[in-house]
Amino acid sequence: MTTLALTTPHRADWLPKYGVYIAIAALVVYNAAFTPYFLTVSNLRIQLIQVAPIIIVALGMALVIGTEGIDLSVGAVMALAAALIPLYLGYGVIAAVIVSLLAGVAVGLINGALVAKVGLQPIVATLALFVGGRGLAVVISDGQLKDIRNADLIYLGSGDLLGIPVLVWTAALAILVVAFTVRRTVFGRRLLAIGGNRPAAELAGLPVQRVLITVYVLCAVLAAIAGLLSVGRIQSSDASSIGLLIELSAITAVVVGGTPLTGGRVRVLGTVAGAVLMQLVIATMIKNNLPPSTTEMVQAAIILVAVYAARERKTR
Amino acid sequence: MTLLEVAGVSKVFPGVRALDDVSFALRPGEVHALVGENGAGKSTLIKVLTGVYRPDAGELRYQGEPVSFATPMDAQRAGISTIYQEVNLIPLMSVAQNLFLGREPRTTLGLVDRARMDREARDILAGYGVTTDVRARLGSLPLGAQQMVALARAVMIDAKVVVMDEPTSSLEPREVETLFGVIQDLHERGIGIIYVSHRMDELYRICDTVTILRDGKLVHTGRLADLERVRLVALMLGREVSDVRREGFTVFSGDHAAADDTPILRVSGLSSRNRLHDISFGVRPGEVVGLGGLLGAGRSETIKAIAGAYPVDSGEIEVDGTPLRHPTTVKAVAAGIAVQPEDRKAEGIIPGLSIRENIALSILPRMSTFGLVSDAKIDEIVDRFMKRLRIKASSPHQRVGDLSGGNQQKVLLARLLATGPKVLLLDEPTRGIDVGAKAEVQALIDELAAEGLGVVLVSSDAEELVEGSGRVVVLRDGAVVGVLTGEDVTTESLLATIAEAGA
Repeated sequence: MTTLALTTPHRADWLPKYGVYIAIAALVVYNAAFTPYFLTVSNLRIQLIQVAPIIIVALGMALVIGTEGIDLSVGAVMALAAALIPLYLGYGVIAAVIVSLLAGVAVGLINGALVAKVGLQPIVATLALFVGGRGLAVVISDGQLKDIRNADLIYLGSGDLLGIPVLVWTAALAILVVAFTVRRTVFGRRLLAIGGNRPAAELAGLPVQRVLITVYVLCAVLAAIAGLLSVGRIQSSDASSIGLLIELSAITAVVVGGTPLTGGRVRVLGTVAGAVLMQLVIATMIKNNLPPSTTEMVQAAIILVAVYAARERKTR
Repeated sequence: MTLLEVAGVSKVFPGVRALDDVSFALRPGEVHALVGENGAGKSTLIKVLTGVYRPDAGELRYQGEPVSFATPMDAQRAGISTIYQEVNLIPLMSVAQNLFLGREPRTTLGLVDRARMDREARDILAGYGVTTDVRARLGSLPLGAQQMVALARAVMIDAKVVVMDEPTSSLEPREVETLFGVIQDLHERGIGIIYVSHRMDELYRICDTVTILRDGKLVHTGRLADLERVRLVALMLGREVSDVRREGFTVFSGDHAAADDTPILRVSGLSSRNRLHDISFGVRPGEVVGLGGLLGAGRSETIKAIAGAYPVDSGEIEVDGTPLRHPTTVKAVAAGIAVQPEDRKAEGIIPGLSIRENIALSILPRMSTFGLVSDAKIDEIVDRFMKRLRIKASSPHQRVGDLSGGNQQKVLLARLLATGPKVLLLDEPTRGIDVGAKAEVQALIDELAAEGLGVVLVSSDAEELVEGSGRVVVLRDGAVVGVLTGEDVTTESLLATIAEAGA
């Protein structure tokens, strides 16, 4: 009863809403027909493992973008989390995980305070840690790649649970938690209201600063999770390469998934689909022996279409 | 000969006739006041005169010749300069660079002659009372000085007409004197000045003629000295001075002032920078207190200051006997203050969210357990308020942005009422909504007061203010200049108080 009445679709609404799913379906059909070994368990498994960290980071990014913000520091947070792992792995995997998550909390608090209290523009506020965070991570790790031999951590990044990679389970759990947060919690509704009209949210008595800081903390913690899982997956910690450029993949996933950069709306499933779509595009190109440069151009075209579609919605 | 004139000009925007057959003439050396309330068409007229808009009908004549300016640049080149409220120069460039922008003196090599530019800038600006380092960045100057630079620049480019839009709104008294000196000088040099302001004292001091607009129409033009102040205000607000008596345009039923003497809201000595000065008043339960005054008198700022959304330097606010210290919007709502801001779209509704999300926004913690929202609880509240306020929508899930203005306003009021407030602050509650919704909103205000809420009402509609309020506190230039009570709450005394010669 609650959702049916929503369906008064606007003219140009279908493209940002369903475009990404249609594109995924088209790519799957194409690959099933023309790409050898596409629909095999091992291939699907690889695709999921590769896309999982991007999904985890993109979910946090979607929340931030829902408040009309952006977080450029997610890649740096992954690097920080990764750099801290080898230092604390001696105390056990739990200690290492907690420390890297705390690093995420710290970065989120700084980003959130700069945006909510100091009033910096999110792109500038997070740019500081985008640059400084990775630098710090490299300093922490002495600029060296460190091999990880801890079986527990490797299990988190490379192991299976019920035949499905732990990494994929984690991403699935993150999707559920974020979707639930956006839809069902007071925090989620406040987040959307602040993104939709911040002065109005303030006058309505919402704790705007607290919500904004929480959003940036959540985003950074999700990035830290992605970082420590990546360490477990590649079984080494390299602060200079982990999470490099992932902020762009995450923003792309969010935008392609139909979340407007103007805030006030978060499409959780769309974001997941956006990440999956970009992953499929890359996979398709590679399997068809197209050079990376072509892949990049196709990605650019998809982003343009998504942004154009979102723009049409606004002028409605 | 007229310098600049329009005859029978009209301008229509979707849904609104911004200018309707308006004529206006400016003679050389004349200081011409252009007045009217919000939405009267002043800015549209200025934009037509300065080439920003093209009129849909009517003719623009400049120095006797019919002209048509394609862009504001064309108008500027022809000698029509505009000084906006907000200075539009380049804050990061130096004062001298701004002054000479586009017309920098050159050396023989074709490079900018900075020494000469700085020297000339210093000389020119001295004439405007600006004695600052001309090499400093413009943005580092006080706003008043920036405005003088803008004015100097306008006059330098051989302006024949200078349009000033509320030029004194951000000036200190001393700067105002300098500005008036400059205006006097321009006047003597035969430059025509269009002066937009709401400050009566200023208008009567420096303006020769006045044109009054209301609802896009010309209501009066003539010598200012021949027009009484109270008459000017009456013309602006569209009320006749003599025959206002009760005609029943509004549906307010009157006074609910309880015998109960303890105010539910008490404001004392509220001051904020140079916008609000020592404002004090109280609201008893069941009472509607109007805030009267012209645009820019500080009504909205007062409302926002009480709601914790405008910086306060000193003063006390008390809700139901409990002081509200260092008010923030969060604390104000918690204390029982609900505010309906003047600009519904920019600060009121969240257009992208549904009716129910908008209504429940301020009371989410009450609608939830352990941070999880209960849709059943929200549905109950939303249903109740949609019925009570007769919000017309296809469903509670409809986007608020898609509703009519009247229904948007009702959604906003529903959000305020859902918090169970003690004090309602309403800033122009019936602006931009249709007649039917207007009557409903007015009746609702009445009903709420009868239930014992304290209401503060701001309205530019003099009739609405007078009939809706039991008492009217009149503001001018951010200070209380009078309080109308009992039999005195009439449009005449309101206009008289507004128009009184100020301190």
